[in-house]
Amino acid sequence: MATDTHAVSRETASATGPATPGLLAMGVLLAVLLGAPFLLYPVFLMKVLCFALFACAFNLLIGFAGLLSFGHAAFFGGAAYITAHTVKVWGLPPEIGILLGALFSAALGLVFGMIAIRRQGIYFAMITLALSQMVFFMALQLPFTHGEDGIQAVPRGTLFGVFDLSQPLTMYYTVLVVFLFGFLVIWRTVHSPFGQVLKAIRENEPRAISLGYRTDQYKLLAFVLSASLAGLAGGTKAIVFQLATLTDVQWQMSGEVVLMTLLGGMGTLFGPVIGAALVVTLENYLAATNLPVPVVIGAIFVVCVLVFRRGIVGEIAARMKRRG
Amino acid sequence: MPTIFGIPPQALFGQLLLGLINGSFYALLSLGLAVIFGMLNVINFAHGALYMLGAFVAWLLMTQVGIGYWWALLLAPLAVGAVGVLLEKSLLSRLYKLDHLYGLLLTFGIALMIEGLFRHLYGVSGQPYPIPRELAGGQNLGFMFLPNYRGWVVAASLVVCLATWYAIERTQLGAYLRAATENPVLVQAFGINVPRMVTLTYGFGVALAGLAGVLAAPIYQVSPLMGSNLIIVVFAVVVIGGMGSILGAVLTGYGLGLLEGLTKVFYPEASNIVVFVIMAVVLMIKPAGLFGREK
Repeated sequence: MATDTHAVSRETASATGPATPGLLAMGVLLAVLLGAPFLLYPVFLMKVLCFALFACAFNLLIGFAGLLSFGHAAFFGGAAYITAHTVKVWGLPPEIGILLGALFSAALGLVFGMIAIRRQGIYFAMITLALSQMVFFMALQLPFTHGEDGIQAVPRGTLFGVFDLSQPLTMYYTVLVVFLFGFLVIWRTVHSPFGQVLKAIRENEPRAISLGYRTDQYKLLAFVLSASLAGLAGGTKAIVFQLATLTDVQWQMSGEVVLMTLLGGMGTLFGPVIGAALVVTLENYLAATNLPVPVVIGAIFVVCVLVFRRGIVGEIAARMKRRG
Repeated sequence: MPTIFGIPPQALFGQLLLGLINGSFYALLSLGLAVIFGMLNVINFAHGALYMLGAFVAWLLMTQVGIGYWWALLLAPLAVGAVGVLLEKSLLSRLYKLDHLYGLLLTFGIALMIEGLFRHLYGVSGQPYPIPRELAGGQNLGFMFLPNYRGWVVAASLVVCLATWYAIERTQLGAYLRAATENPVLVQAFGINVPRMVTLTYGFGVALAGLAGVLAAPIYQVSPLMGSNLIIVVFAVVVIGGMGSILGAVLTGYGLGLLEGLTKVFYPEASNIVVFVIMAVVLMIKPAGLFGREK
């Protein structure tokens, strides 16, 4: 037990600076998120939260297990389709729809994971990209997804038969609860012995194997967990925007979540949240101008990779460490 | 009317020819990817965008300057190769000491920029590019009709692939290249300028993509999106073939093109995903790929 606590505190130190700033940041984030809908447009905030959860789920893989998935759109968009279909056509309540979406992504993650973890590094990225493209083509051709139109006008419904989700504030706080749930799952995972093994695999896989860990099983579990949480984000997004379309399963979406995580800071807990908020804000802003969005996004990518690899939160943490 | 497995031979051979054409592009592109990967250890995500750039250069040469197909076949790959040399010198070369994933991310950003720019300038609809006069018309082979241009594309890509294979496996320059892939420090110590070789290799690899773009221009329309959809399939082709061997990349490219064509005949709904399914099966049986070596 004693060694466990030691490992946990040391880990917090490496990920977000000393333990207290980590908790402090959590408190600030919570306060901001609770009060935000009174200052900002709730739909915008909900979009940020959905993408923040998506990016956190993605970061669990790249940041803590060292696996770059270039196919996370399949889980995000796939779950969005399942949630939208079950809620709209089958008439299920939203909480069951979102749950089914996440379960679908978990199952898909299990299949993709079993195939993809057979290779490492860039191959892993290419394989996940190719598999997600397969999901894209299926979404294009299967009848229930309605091709280019997507599933539109999904009813928000009432949560647990009590809360009317057509009210913006009710919807917002529901999304906030979903986000916090996902975030806490990731927080707990990262700080658990399981998370420590993942980090060991990231740093030196042959060594982890020689220490007796079955690294494939750890990687697969991390992949499934990440896929389910990405699905949770996608299903919630489908309820919020009452829409599931091809945009959600396209490879550009996989690229976008990579950028959010890279910009905020890979391997930090709060980085993806900040990265998602920045990218969503930027895209909202660019949509009103004449600038081509992909060019700007691509340029940020290039700049991040060349000179800003730690990301925002990673950079702050590194400076705090240098000072203290 | 005679049929083969219940399919009229015209349809069967027609789809096989289409498959062979697609396979030619898979082969040219995966060849370029393999050459670049061997030397730089970078998976060039911008390959699809540079293929598109090659087609656009040809189209711009024709519409703006009035230069036709045959000159474009020479000039467009040179232009794309020059762009590649610039990209390698200014951006990619800064990342060699880091994890290879950063090379992938950087080229992904470059791909987004190039593609986004052309989308912004020319929209998403395709621009037609005429078949050169010398290659108009076709041959009646008795069992099927072969358009001249398509025959030319298959022949040209075969020649280019074989020439590249020969240059790398059988010439002095190729020997330097292979040696530098194995041990760059030692080769540099023998007085060979390895960084310049790396730059030129990248330039050559993307020039192949540019050439494929010009060849593709009269068959598919010239559109900003033509590269991004293709490159993901080519990634799958590369995973199936394994990047260990040049010949392997080429053979896998043609083979999968043909298989895709066959799928279009017998089960058209699956033709878009058959390559990915094969990739999954190959990974389960032989993770290193058909021609790859386990490291």
